[in-house]
Amino acid sequence: MSHYPFGARLDDVAVRYRASWRMTQQGTVTRETGGIALEGATCVFPAGAITGLLGRNGAGKTSMLGLLAGFRRPTAGTVHVGPEGYEQDPWENPAIVSGVQLVRESGDVMNEEKVGATLKQYAAQRPEWDADYAARLLDLFEVDPRKSPAALSRGKRSALGATIGLASRAPLTIFDEVYLGMDAPTRYAFYDELLKDYAEHPRTIILSSHLVEESERLFEHVVVVDRGRVLLAEPADDMRARGTSLTGSAAAVDRLAAGHRVLHRQELGPTVMVTIEGSLTEREEAEAADSGVQAGAVPLQDLFVHLTRTTTQKETER
Amino acid sequence: MFDGPEPIYVQIASWIRAQVLSGELGEEEQVMSTTQFATTFRINPATAAKAFSGLVEEGILYKRRGLGMFVAPGARQKLLADHRKRYFEEVLDPALAQAEILDIPVGDIVDHVLGRAPRSGARTVKKEK
Repeated sequence: MSHYPFGARLDDVAVRYRASWRMTQQGTVTRETGGIALEGATCVFPAGAITGLLGRNGAGKTSMLGLLAGFRRPTAGTVHVGPEGYEQDPWENPAIVSGVQLVRESGDVMNEEKVGATLKQYAAQRPEWDADYAARLLDLFEVDPRKSPAALSRGKRSALGATIGLASRAPLTIFDEVYLGMDAPTRYAFYDELLKDYAEHPRTIILSSHLVEESERLFEHVVVVDRGRVLLAEPADDMRARGTSLTGSAAAVDRLAAGHRVLHRQELGPTVMVTIEGSLTEREEAEAADSGVQAGAVPLQDLFVHLTRTTTQKETER
Repeated sequence: MFDGPEPIYVQIASWIRAQVLSGELGEEEQVMSTTQFATTFRINPATAAKAFSGLVEEGILYKRRGLGMFVAPGARQKLLADHRKRYFEEVLDPALAQAEILDIPVGDIVDHVLGRAPRSGARTVKKEK
């Protein structure tokens, strides 16, 4: 069963932290304020697709991924993970959790022992583990397996996380901001390996990121979270169609934009560039062509920034 | 590559069409696989697959089970007919409209066209220094 890609689904999920007292290392007691990590979150991560989980810092990405990996339970709502048609609650469910590999920023490695020891541990836990592939990846990322993770730079520790995720070949492989600390050549090497291995060993992959620009072409599907809520969950092409950029003379552009919600406006002398929500109708397209207005796509990065910024503004207006 | 304003799968489809039109991709010739597309251009394999399925519907490509995608027989003719039909409307008309704005006399345009030694065998007007 475990070699079928896993799908995942959240239904009306909330994760709230209660205010609690906690003992510090110095022996004093400190009060931790509670908060809402997720509220009313409903979304699907389709089986067999690469999904981008996009959100600003603190939006609730990591809480959501912890739910999928069975690391925590939701305060309310349900979580389902598993092969299509056989999704189950991952909490304390070995049949599901053995097929989910979550790579966290903390690494989940044995810090003081050699990298090789950590890999052996994962090899024992993951039925689909490919040890040769893991060795090749460490070579590619120039990580010395005889060193301990504690002795590695941040970028190399991230590369070790990437190695664990890829070599696990888990039916659901999740990378939580795995690129942190990696330099650009290493990030691109990671994207290339991810695509190559995904094509050869189809499975479900979730990449959480706020570096949307360089990774958006990898995504077939996107989930955008903002302040604990799911803003959208849909095919990446649908999200791209949510915005249109119009460039041309101010009068013509503003006439076209009049019937639409304007997400962004930029003036470059007499030329204006406007990002509107949605796309132009056929009639408007003809009008744009006649008045010399260029209509184009909006990069996901820009849409992401516009979408998450407008909600922030709404919050402060209240 | 594929940095234009249209969706990537649309750009991939146009790129393949252009290759068939120019003859770079011959009929019955194999097209790059979705995996090759994905790793060469750093895109999701599903994006390439979406471009392929559109081209299969148009009759430009066809699938050989277990082998991959191939250029369909008659694909080039089909594209030629289609693009010829659209040439005047989509390429020439806007160029002529621009010429009108710039006050370029039709005669100048005709001279330029004839000076380009048309391949169709029409008489070539050679300009002497």
